[in-house]
Amino acid sequence: MTALAVTGLTKSFGGLRVTDGVSLTVEPGERRLIIGPNGAGKTTLFNLITGELASDAGTVALFGRDITRSACRRRAHLGLARTYQIITLFPRDTILRNVVLALLGLSGLRWNPFVGLDRQRHLVTCAGEALARVGLGHIADRPLTETSYGERRRVEIAMAMAQNPKVLLLDEPFAGLSIDERRDVRQLLAAIPRDVTIVMIEHNMDVALDLADRVTLLHFGAVIVEGTRAEVVADPRTREVYLGE
Amino acid sequence: MSGVSAPRVAFGVALFGLTTVPLWVGNSYYIDVASQILLFAVFALALNVLVGYGGLVSLGHAGLFAVSGYTAGLMLQAGFGHAAADVGAVLMTLLTAAVFAVLALRSTGIGFLMITLALGQILWGIAYRWADLTNGDNGVSISTRPAPFGISLAGASSFYYATLVVFLLALITMTAFARSPFGASLRGTRDQARRMTALGYNVWLIRFLAFLFSGFWCSIAGLLYIYNKQFISPQVSALQASAEVLLMVISGGTATLMGPIAGAAIVVVMKYVVSAYVVRWSLVLGVIFVAIISFMPEGLVPGSVRIWGFARRRWRARRKPAPGATP
Repeated sequence: MTALAVTGLTKSFGGLRVTDGVSLTVEPGERRLIIGPNGAGKTTLFNLITGELASDAGTVALFGRDITRSACRRRAHLGLARTYQIITLFPRDTILRNVVLALLGLSGLRWNPFVGLDRQRHLVTCAGEALARVGLGHIADRPLTETSYGERRRVEIAMAMAQNPKVLLLDEPFAGLSIDERRDVRQLLAAIPRDVTIVMIEHNMDVALDLADRVTLLHFGAVIVEGTRAEVVADPRTREVYLGE
Repeated sequence: MSGVSAPRVAFGVALFGLTTVPLWVGNSYYIDVASQILLFAVFALALNVLVGYGGLVSLGHAGLFAVSGYTAGLMLQAGFGHAAADVGAVLMTLLTAAVFAVLALRSTGIGFLMITLALGQILWGIAYRWADLTNGDNGVSISTRPAPFGISLAGASSFYYATLVVFLLALITMTAFARSPFGASLRGTRDQARRMTALGYNVWLIRFLAFLFSGFWCSIAGLLYIYNKQFISPQVSALQASAEVLLMVISGGTATLMGPIAGAAIVVVMKYVVSAYVVRWSLVLGVIFVAIISFMPEGLVPGSVRIWGFARRRWRARRKPAPGATP
């Protein structure tokens, strides 16, 4: 059974077709890299997969289950987690609280108005462990406003991983990072167990290529090339999209 | 930290002060002012749930407050007992709040504000114009206050204590709410609604339930109001009343527990105490608000905490000339 199956997915903003009949299938445990130049429709594709945007046509299936009509929040409960290219965290809270909120989102406890959230030891412990895995355990109690950009990227990943997703969507996890930080994040992603399927967007193909099993090249909202790393790199159309014009 | 912290001491002193108000105030007019501060504090705390924790600025909350007072008043006039009138008032307010929420939560920000304003004005129109139901401009008066557990609340002191009990219950509930997972969920929808959806939260339902929670405490405040005054008139539901309670929340400090209480105290003291000495008391109130917004844009309570911390650091730095030295 495929982990994520997208067929004929289409989305237009006015007259602009941002996602143009995209189909792709990602096998369980696979690392899929989606590359493409600016404006290729990569993030829109993610928003359609997570349900943050409604598609005009096409279907999305998660482990064989059609989720095209499911609400965004429902898809999170079915095992779909994502990170954002433009970091989207809770600025008034600590790092730890950010991850606690990620855990709480999938817990029935989130409706409880009576107990103290800080007293929910299992949530706090789980969040601390998730932060330790991304190397932020020592600054868990720091307010988010006092963290660096690179640390926030890792908080994004910790929040997504804390939800124990089946399919993890990473939107440009290396964007804006220094060389050292990129190395750290790459190690972090490489250490994610294979029971998590990963789909990753990258604008710059070199950064994440060695993490990918298969690569999909998007251009003007449509799939241009798909194949193994070597196939896509060698394909003349890839060079045309990236170097041509 | 050793056992007793400064906030706990302050809370203990405040609680002692509140429980002894009738003893050191004496004059029943001022005891009544104290009751009003507490009941408007409950109202402001209720609005703070939406404004502070939910980031949803409502300008129609006086309407909910008035629905509660009017329902109780009219039911009492119609011959119902106090218990029935109180339950009826709470249910009617919750129903109204649900309608408000369903309509207003189609939007956030300015849209939410304008829809709540419009709905509040509709309720004001009913109170003012539908004279067959609401007695129009003449308002509704009631002849008795309730006597829970056989204790008469007819006197200013006994009514004050009843209000204090309700106020403390509201404060405890709000404290628990602010610290609870649901409170954290609501704050999350305020700060990053989109991320909350992607994390699996039902943002709309969280806001809807928060609206009902807010509406519940509005109804309690409205009941305290009509029992306090034994009279309610359309001006209670007017836009000015909604703006006043919103100013209480904003001037005191949104998303804090003490802020709305401080804001309620300022407004009520201005209205009922300072107005006896200064004819243009609303001008004084305006100057105070401008001063708060200028020097403490985050509100009186968080602003005071900030300035106090700043002053203390300066004081320590002066006593210990070596700036880099750590204790």
